[in-house]
This record gives sequence, C-alpha cells and structure tokens, in this order.
Amino acid sequence: MSDRRQFDVLVVGGGPAGIAAACCAAEAALRVAIADDNPALGGQIWRGEHSSPSSKEAAFWYQRVKDLRVEHLAGTRVFAQVDSRTLAAETDTSVSELSFRSLILATGARERFLPFPGWTLPNVMGAGGLQALAKSGWNVRGRKVVVAGTGPLLLAVAAHLREYGADVRLIAEQASRRQLLAFSLSLWRQPSKLNDALSLRRQLLGVPYLPSCWPIAAAGKHKLESVSVRRGAKTWSVPCDYLACGFHLVPNTELAALLGCVVENGKVRVDELQQTTMPDVYCAGEPTGIGGLELSLVEGQIAGHAAAGRLDPARRLFAKRDKMRRFAAALERAFVLRPELQELPRPETLVCRCEDVSLSRLREHSSWRAAKLLTRCGMGPCQGRICGPALEFLLDWKPESVRPPVFPVRVESLIATAVRTDSETMHNSALRS
Amino acid sequence: MSHPAYDVVIIGAGIVGAACARECARAGLRVAVVEAEFVGGGATSTGMGHIVVMDDSEPQFALTRYSQQLWHEIAPELPAEVEYMACGTLWIAADEQEMQEVRRKQQYYGARRVPTEILDPRALYEAEPHLRRGLVGALLVPEDLVIYAPCAARFLMRQAQTHSCDLYLDRVTEIRDDGVVLQKGGALSAGTVINAAGTWAPELTPGLEMRPRKGHLIITDRYPGFVRHQLVELGYLKSAHVLTAESFAFNVQPRVTGQLLIGSSRQFGVEGKGIDNHIVAGMLARACVYLPELAKMSAIRCWTGFRAATADKLPVIGKCPGREHLYLATGHEGLGITTSLATGRLLLDQLLQRTPAIPVEPYSPSRDMEVAHA
Amino acid sequence: MRDAVQMKVNGVTVRVPRGSTVAAAVLLAGRSGFRRSVSGELRGPLCGMGICFECRVAVDGQPHMRSCQMLCREGMEVTLSE
Repeated sequence: MSDRRQFDVLVVGGGPAGIAAACCAAEAALRVAIADDNPALGGQIWRGEHSSPSSKEAAFWYQRVKDLRVEHLAGTRVFAQVDSRTLAAETDTSVSELSFRSLILATGARERFLPFPGWTLPNVMGAGGLQALAKSGWNVRGRKVVVAGTGPLLLAVAAHLREYGADVRLIAEQASRRQLLAFSLSLWRQPSKLNDALSLRRQLLGVPYLPSCWPIAAAGKHKLESVSVRRGAKTWSVPCDYLACGFHLVPNTELAALLGCVVENGKVRVDELQQTTMPDVYCAGEPTGIGGLELSLVEGQIAGHAAAGRLDPARRLFAKRDKMRRFAAALERAFVLRPELQELPRPETLVCRCEDVSLSRLREHSSWRAAKLLTRCGMGPCQGRICGPALEFLLDWKPESVRPPVFPVRVESLIATAVRTDSETMHNSALRS
Repeated sequence: MSHPAYDVVIIGAGIVGAACARECARAGLRVAVVEAEFVGGGATSTGMGHIVVMDDSEPQFALTRYSQQLWHEIAPELPAEVEYMACGTLWIAADEQEMQEVRRKQQYYGARRVPTEILDPRALYEAEPHLRRGLVGALLVPEDLVIYAPCAARFLMRQAQTHSCDLYLDRVTEIRDDGVVLQKGGALSAGTVINAAGTWAPELTPGLEMRPRKGHLIITDRYPGFVRHQLVELGYLKSAHVLTAESFAFNVQPRVTGQLLIGSSRQFGVEGKGIDNHIVAGMLARACVYLPELAKMSAIRCWTGFRAATADKLPVIGKCPGREHLYLATGHEGLGITTSLATGRLLLDQLLQRTPAIPVEPYSPSRDMEVAHA
Repeated sequence: MRDAVQMKVNGVTVRVPRGSTVAAAVLLAGRSGFRRSVSGELRGPLCGMGICFECRVAVDGQPHMRSCQMLCREGMEVTLSE
C-alpha cells in the first residue's frame, strides 16, 4: 500500500531552483514539499553543502528552506502520474502518492557525454560527475585528473577538485580561443560573473587551460591510465587517474513530457510566470533552458511566487531574469560543440552503455526508433538519458516520447500506485485467481 | 516513378511479412516488400518472442508445431542478436484442477509426438526455485523457445534480399488488381499482393474482420538465473480466449541478459498506445502471486503493443475471397512470432499450388469473410 | 576519523566518514570496477548523480542499488558481483 500525502505546492527537484521555488511558495503560508532523489538538498551545484554551505547565497537559501518549514522528501524519485493532481514516487523503502494543487518541476539538468575510444573505462566520468562523487566522499587526494569538455563548468570543477587535493594536470576546452575571448568580453556586463571567472583563474594557477583541445581516446587496462588529447595538429598522451569530461548540460525534461507539458528543442516551454502548458504545472531552472545558478534561483523564485498566486513579487523579478537569460544565451553561443567531436567515436566505440551497442551497429538504422528496437540501444536502466544526447549530436536523432515509469522502480511500487477504487476489484480478483 | 514488375508484393515487413518474403524469394519469385516504418516493427517489436506449441484447437496445434519445427531447422543460421534460447515452457498448475489439465495436455502432445514432461512439486521447485510454494506441478515443453523477434525479422528479410527481393520504405495506400499504390508516389506492379500488414491490414482490405488486442509488457533489470524457462500459468489459455474487455495471465520470460519480461494482458476496444496503469498493476500483481520476489525487482520499462485478432483466434493465410490476386497473411493474435515461418511456407504453397505440409482450410480467409468487392 | 561509519565491501571492512556514499566506500575498498556490463566490460561510476546506473552494487542483499546515491550506514554489507 502506498502513503498518500497532500500538499498545496509540490516541488520536484531539490537543487537551487527547487529550493528557491519552495521557499517563495512557503512564504505564502502554504504546505510545501520538495521531493528529491538525492539524500540531501542542493542538487548538483550545492551537493553536500547542506551542513557546510560554500557561499553566502547557498547558506541563505538552506537556512530559509529550513525556517519556512518546507518538508523535504529525501531519496524520493517521482516515476509516474497517478491522476492530474497526483504523482507516484518511490524511496528505497517505501512508495507514495503525492497530491498537489500546484506543481513546480525543478528537475535540473544532466551532462552530455560524447563517446570516444576508451570512454567506458572505470574512472572516466562526467565533469560534474567527478565533482559530485568527490563531494560525496570519493577520495581524489593526490590523484592526477584531466578535466575536458566545454564550458565554465570545467573551471569550476577543476577548482573544486583542487580544493579536495586532486592534482589537476590539464583543462582541455574544445571551444576556440576566439570563442572564449568573445565570451569573456561579454562577462563585463555581469560583474559578479566576471568576479567568479577571475577567482577561478586564480585558483587554477599553474594548471594548463587549453582551448581548441579535446580528448580523443582514453587508455588503460582495467581502469583509466592515460588520456590522449588533440590540439590542432598535435596529439599527446597525458597520464592520469581520472578523466572528468562534460560536453554541456542537457535539461531533464522527462517528467514534464510525461505530464503533457510542451517540450520544444529539448526545453520545457514556460510563460513569463514560469507556467508550463499544463495548468498548475510550473517549471524553473535548467529544464527551461540551461542558464546556470543565478537564473535557476530567479526562475525558482518566480515559479514559487506564481504558484502561490503572488504575482507582484514574481513580476518584480522579471528584469533580473532577463539579464540572467542574456548570460545564458551568451554561454550557449560561446561554447558550441565543434563538428570534429562527431568524429571521435570509432565504429566499434560503444554508444549505449546499458546494452553495449556500438556506433557501427547504430548507423545501420535510419531512425532512433528502429535503432532502439533492433539494437536495444536506449532500452536499459538509464532509459536513453546517457546515449540519447550523444546520438542527437552524432546522428541528429531526436528522442522519442516518454512513457511511465520515467525512472526504474520496484515492481511493487508500480502495483501500489496504480491501484484505484474501481480497479481495486480487478486487482483483488487477479490475486484470488 | 517506374519500378520493375514483381511476381509478389508483400505489404509489411514485420516477422510475418519477412517470413513470406524469404519463402517467396528463395523459391525464385521476384519479390518486393513495402514497409511503412522499419523492418521488424509493429507487433513484432512489442511482443514477447515466445515460440510455443498451443493445444487449444487442432488447427492451432498444427500451425504452431509445424512452425516451431521450422524454427528448430533455421536455428543454426540465426545470428547472435536473435538471442535464440531453447529454454522451454513450464505450464504451471496451481491446483488439482489445473493439474488435470496438465495431464490432458501431456496426453494431447504425446499423441502428436511433442515431447513433454510432467513435473511434480519437487521437480518443479528444482527447475524453478523462485516460484511460490504451494503449486502442485507443471508441464515442461522442452522444445518451446524464445527469440528476440525484431532481429529475427531483420534476419529473414536479409535472407530474402540475398535472392530477388527489394525493400521499399513506403506506405501502401491502395491494393489494386495489378499491384499496389505507394504513398511517396508511383505504384508497384505485381501478379500477386500479400497483405501482411498486421493491425493495419483491414485498412487496405475492407471486410477483413480483425480487432486490435492491446497488451502491456514490463522488462526488469538483470537477475541472471532467477528464472530459467518461460513460465506460464494454465489460466493463460482462458485469458487468451476470453472475449471480455480485460484479462491478465501470469507469463514471465528470461532474456539472455537475465532480464525478465513480464506479461501478459489483453484488452479489447482500447485504441490508445498509452500505458494503462491499472492494467500494469493487475498484470504485475498476478506475476507476484507466482514469483513473490518479483515485487522487489527493478522494472526498467513498460510498453504496449497491439495483436491482430480474428474472431476464431486463427490467422488468415490464403487467398482473399473475391480477389484473384490478393492473399492475406495476418490475424495471428499472440502467436505471430511462433507461426511466422509456417505462415510464409503455407502462403508460398498456395501461390505455387503445392501440397502444404498441413491442411490450410482452417486458416482460409473465406471462412468468415464476405466476398470483397473486386 | 571522527564520526565514521564501519561497513563491509565484499567482506572487507572499511571505515568511511559519515555522510559518504556507498560509491566512496567501494573506492576506499580498492575497487575502480564496480560491475560488468552486458558484454563483460568493467564499469565504474560515470555521472555521479544517479542516472547512468553504471555504479550499481548489491547492498544488504538487494541488487542494482545506485551506490552514488546511497549513504553508508553502520554495518552495511556491499557486494560487487565483479
């Protein structure tokens, strides 16, 4: 049997957007809860910081979510819709039905992984991935790390890993020096961002940061031992223990799609109040378009105010949101993935890691759907979250529509949350035999 | 757009269409196959891939057994991706009444030279230790097997294409006496058209009485060795033949990876492809009655499919009444994978007017079709 | 180590700081390979955020638990099939 809980505002996702949204909704004295898969609030960027926030901003929001008595449903993953106002969710030990008057989706983003020879070796991880692991106790002290991929995230990750004692040997940024320069110039309009950038550069003194540079192969017997990188005509090998590589972030839009929200170009469509195309369903943060921490906080606040029916506080944040969105657009323009990255995987390089499907087998098919059914690519537990963005970049294949469960769940959870009064009879008769 | 003239145009490259293509092409006919989506799609891509003999009627037995033997013959040629697994079926008896049914089945199959073995509880739990206690026995049918059907369809098409067989990725909009009209433009001329379009077949051949019967399946994460055979409750037969709106039956299959496919369900009159939560719940609840440990297992995906079902649960394999040049190969309900090879063979027999290995009258389209207007 | 949790990874006792994930404990026990893929390749954590499923291990007899998302508990027994 499942627990049944009722809230005024349910927030799915406990990163900065979700926390900000929940706080603003709770200010209106509403019953608010955050359902989040992780053991603690913070999402990715504030992972592990609930007991020791790394910034004044994080400290502020952690305190606020506590003071406003927002209920935190930890280790809780939403997997299906029960009815128009109820979601099914599971933890490691229980299953529940979460009902709401308003729903705010703050499901964040994940990294895009691009396949290349050796990328499936243990110790090749996402950039955010290795950072998340390090924050959760994964020991990187004294280990040699190469950070590769694209975007300011690489610098943040490298700086963080250094703080944990890692020996960062190289930061390989696929964007060109010209792209980076253009981006840096655009930062003048956002002094806080410029400050962040300069401080990161200081923290990373001594670490080579090379533009127009990207990984072409990872090597090692049972785990990673070295990475080959290319820059122009040169390729060379860098011995290392970890490769942290990330090629942009991809919005987590699956739950929104499941609920029927319009998702276009991989982003959840929202109006100026962060409302999606489904009534009483809001979306804030990365799923509406990758834009970073500040934008997530602003969108979260707007969504929280709007869900609570407080439109004036929401509107007062529009200008700030516009400003943050301009930064997000500049980010997207600056770090466009170069076409050479499409040539990285060899025919035998695995693209789907769940079912071990190579690029050459995938290329035999003309569509994602055919490839999926004939190779089983995308049919594993990640449900296409890892291979999908890679295939979109490599072969321009668009993801298919979403079905429940949007996350692997226990069989008993599927049984418990689908049983309703009229079909309870059927359920019981099925049991009786 | 001009194309070569063909002896046969086959509509649909699901496993039935692909099997027909292979038979016809190997016999030296010039074959074209028109497929609207991709080879191995439709119900072929959504089913369980269980190749099973059935005893609910003499014609059903004849067709499933004949086809199963053809699968045995083709087994050595199948590539690894077809995942051919000779795991056998265990028909499980939960009470003495079902055990009587087990004995009846054994006699029935024994008289027709299908090897079976009755398992008492001790033997049953040795064969499948994770089944719930309290079951009274089972019938093992060791020659039943399991394949991954979309890849099998692709294999059959490829075999066809090594002879004279062209594949058109297009949709047929009309069947004429001299061939088919294509959506992308133009037409294919052929002496014979075979409608193997599954649930889409009635759109092209009005008068063909078939209803789509929706089913749901769940696949779990990997639990190697948890289940070794395809496990089916004897109540499955009741479910497959009942004409009411909804029914479930316990039906679990191991994949080579150790993942479990959990079925089965049947619904009439439901057109949407979406997941019906209460059906999934009912189906899973039933499965947990037989395999209690399923409850804690991780379910990765859920999907639906539509079986093409005729009124008497037998497929139509033969000439369309009133049409000299149109043949039908469809309506296989939940047995399309099993009977695909025999369907192809029996169709070819009829085209070439050869004596078929089993009587084809029971599958004749004219048994319940009105004569279609020419 | 103040405030540590003691647990077992493949029978080997490890002590991890409280608040660490099972993934960190597996690393501490000296393993980079957490499991094998369908074709037998050694795999370890990739995404660090619970979506890639590469870090799965058995915890207290329950298979397929995402070690990067699970906090270590006193007395926990982790088994790697690899």
